[in-house]
Amino acid sequence: MSDLIFNVDSVTLRFGGVVSLNDVSLHQKRGEILAVIGPNGAGKTSLFNSLTGVYQPQEGSIFFTNREGKVISIIGKKAHRVASAGVARTFQASRMFSALTTFENVKIGAESHRGIGVIGAMVKGPRTRRGERHSDERTEELLKFVGLYDKANVISSSLSYGDRRRLEIARGLATDPQVLLLDEPAAGTNPAEKIQLTELIRKVRDEMGVSILLIEHDMKLVMALAERLYVLNFGSVIAEGSPEAIRSNPVVIEAYLGSSDDESEKSPS
Amino acid sequence: MQTFLRNPHLRRFGISFLVMELVALMTGPPGSTQTPTAGFRGSFFEASSFYGLFRTQRWVVFLALAVVVFAIWSGWLTQGSVIRTTTSKALTYPRAVTQRKPVRWSLLGVALIVALLLPRIVDDAFWHSAMTEQIGVFVLLATGLNVVVGFAGLLDLGYVAFYAIGAYTTAWITGSLPTPAPFHGHFDPFVAIPVAIVIVMVAGILLGAPTLRLRGDYLAIVTLGFGEIVTIFANNLYGITGGSQGSGPIPHPVLHVGPLHYVWSLKPVPYYYLLLVFLVIFLIAFSLLEHSRIGRAWTAIREDEVAAESVGINPLKYKVMAFAIGASTAGFAGVVTASQSNNVFPSSFTLQSSINILVLVIFGGMGSIFGVVVGAIIIQVAYSYLLHTPPQGYQSADLYMYLGALLVLMMIFRPSGLIPSRRRQREMVLSKAGEGHMDEVLTGDTP
Ligand SMILES: Nc1ncnc2c1ncn2[C@@H]1O[C@H](COP(=O)(O)OP(=O)(O)O)[C@@H](O)[C@H]1O
Ligand SMILES: [Mg+2]
Repeated sequence: MSDLIFNVDSVTLRFGGVVSLNDVSLHQKRGEILAVIGPNGAGKTSLFNSLTGVYQPQEGSIFFTNREGKVISIIGKKAHRVASAGVARTFQASRMFSALTTFENVKIGAESHRGIGVIGAMVKGPRTRRGERHSDERTEELLKFVGLYDKANVISSSLSYGDRRRLEIARGLATDPQVLLLDEPAAGTNPAEKIQLTELIRKVRDEMGVSILLIEHDMKLVMALAERLYVLNFGSVIAEGSPEAIRSNPVVIEAYLGSSDDESEKSPS
Repeated sequence: MQTFLRNPHLRRFGISFLVMELVALMTGPPGSTQTPTAGFRGSFFEASSFYGLFRTQRWVVFLALAVVVFAIWSGWLTQGSVIRTTTSKALTYPRAVTQRKPVRWSLLGVALIVALLLPRIVDDAFWHSAMTEQIGVFVLLATGLNVVVGFAGLLDLGYVAFYAIGAYTTAWITGSLPTPAPFHGHFDPFVAIPVAIVIVMVAGILLGAPTLRLRGDYLAIVTLGFGEIVTIFANNLYGITGGSQGSGPIPHPVLHVGPLHYVWSLKPVPYYYLLLVFLVIFLIAFSLLEHSRIGRAWTAIREDEVAAESVGINPLKYKVMAFAIGASTAGFAGVVTASQSNNVFPSSFTLQSSINILVLVIFGGMGSIFGVVVGAIIIQVAYSYLLHTPPQGYQSADLYMYLGALLVLMMIFRPSGLIPSRRRQREMVLSKAGEGHMDEVLTGDTP
């Protein structure tokens, strides 16, 4: 039962007349690196927003297995509750706290799921001090893990695209998640950064045991990482399977390249 | 001369000296047509006493003041360089930046000594009451509003409502309102301090919990309405608040703890010290708060609420918290005002006062505790001065014209305030450069 981190069943999400997700069903096993691909406007980001409580789908169910192994429903929960339950994410257009340093960005993630002691914070009591120290240590660890330790005191808005992605990953990991949702992490990065990113994502899963759900256009990265894929088009799942199966699936090729037969030899990109 | 100007110490001393001589001239006796130089001579050679300590001439006093200014200036710079070196070390020790001392003790110490001696330095009945009613209370109010507006980024246009609730609570529990007081009343106003803080905090939560879900402008309008409602209630609920006649006489607080025994009276100076004690407590608490995880969460919400939620921060909870903390500060200010001025009138809690307090915060620098305190002192001193010795042609109605002009100039030359908060200033620069996210569509397709 609880070896499914996500279990999405017949989810439909509409904005007025626009159907962003149409009867989408998918599941992710614990520890899996799962990818969602599809052309622009297919509904990938909408799916992420539904999984994280930012959007509330009108139909269907989304179940998530939390740290304690309890299956909880995502629909109807506020985004911050979903995050606390163990779903971390990055954003397509990276969203950092841009006036804060790299260190502070990650620290906010590390300390957000502990209780708030207002009085303790006002007098800087022992519990607050201990909490600060703990978050500092965790932040340092994560900055080393993603390779941003030497940029700890840089104002985050001055980071390069690649570094911003890594910062967002570190911030998400700081919340001690069960699953990390990455929305086009390779967008805007250069080839060298892409290789580093691929390694980092695999390391997150292998060393931290965090499941990965990935949206990506870069097929090389997807094929290198993903163990299984879903293909979305016009809000519907049109295919599911291993990278090899997806690569040669005619439906997918058509969705990506239109119906011109002579191009079907090429892999979708 | 060249070498003189090049030596930074001499230069600083020279500037301090010149400024103080200018002050000596300005505060010296006036000349007359018969003896035009009398004012000039009198400014320096008139007999004067050094704050009642020993008798001397004016120039000695101002020379001493110049030395003091020079010393503080140099001290400030030395400390600045200490801070700069710790920041450069920060690269090797990343924690150094986040663990930067939230309270600058030396600065606080100097300011505290000056504040403690102030009633003796400025020994004047008008300034004594101005120090308490105009400056002390409003610095406190501005500090509290800064938590709401500066830290949490919530525009509160009805802040004075909490001030009013604090004042009326004091009147209520001391049995000075037409409505019967709890436990047959006649509590000491000291008891009112915790009671008012709790009541005002509850009012803040009750108002905040449903309304803080609103964004920006809507929140401003709701708080504006709340402020008006409270004033109207105070004015019209004659049987409860005493209406526009105000409350009955409110007793002065009495301190009776062990060997300590003190009775406050109509005199403002003891209230000044009471305010000072609490102001220091609030300032230290808010500084620590700003540099705690709560302060960081406020910054996160202010910058990008969606991202803040994505790491598990509940924006509503933190906003309500800021609201309640700000409100309770105003509540305390209300207690002091009520017991010092002996009664409360609805006319003291108008929209105008809310806006005045907001101006203090914006002028000083939203989110910067130090800036807000300095800004509030400057504006309130200027305001009291205009009240005390209005320049020729000045009428009290002109005040808002000048205040408005001041704000316009501020917005042009120092948009993040007199002494901006570092984070706020960065945000300002970034949003100009098109960074940061306001309410853009979550799809992220907009680059
Ligand atoms: N907040 C929203 N309001 C209106 N329409 C939206 C909103 N979010 C997404 N959509 C629509 O949903 C569709 C899918 O968008 P999106 O999920 O961003 O696609 P993808 O990430 O696959 O490029 C688009 O047609 C988009 O216009
Ligand atoms: Mg998208």
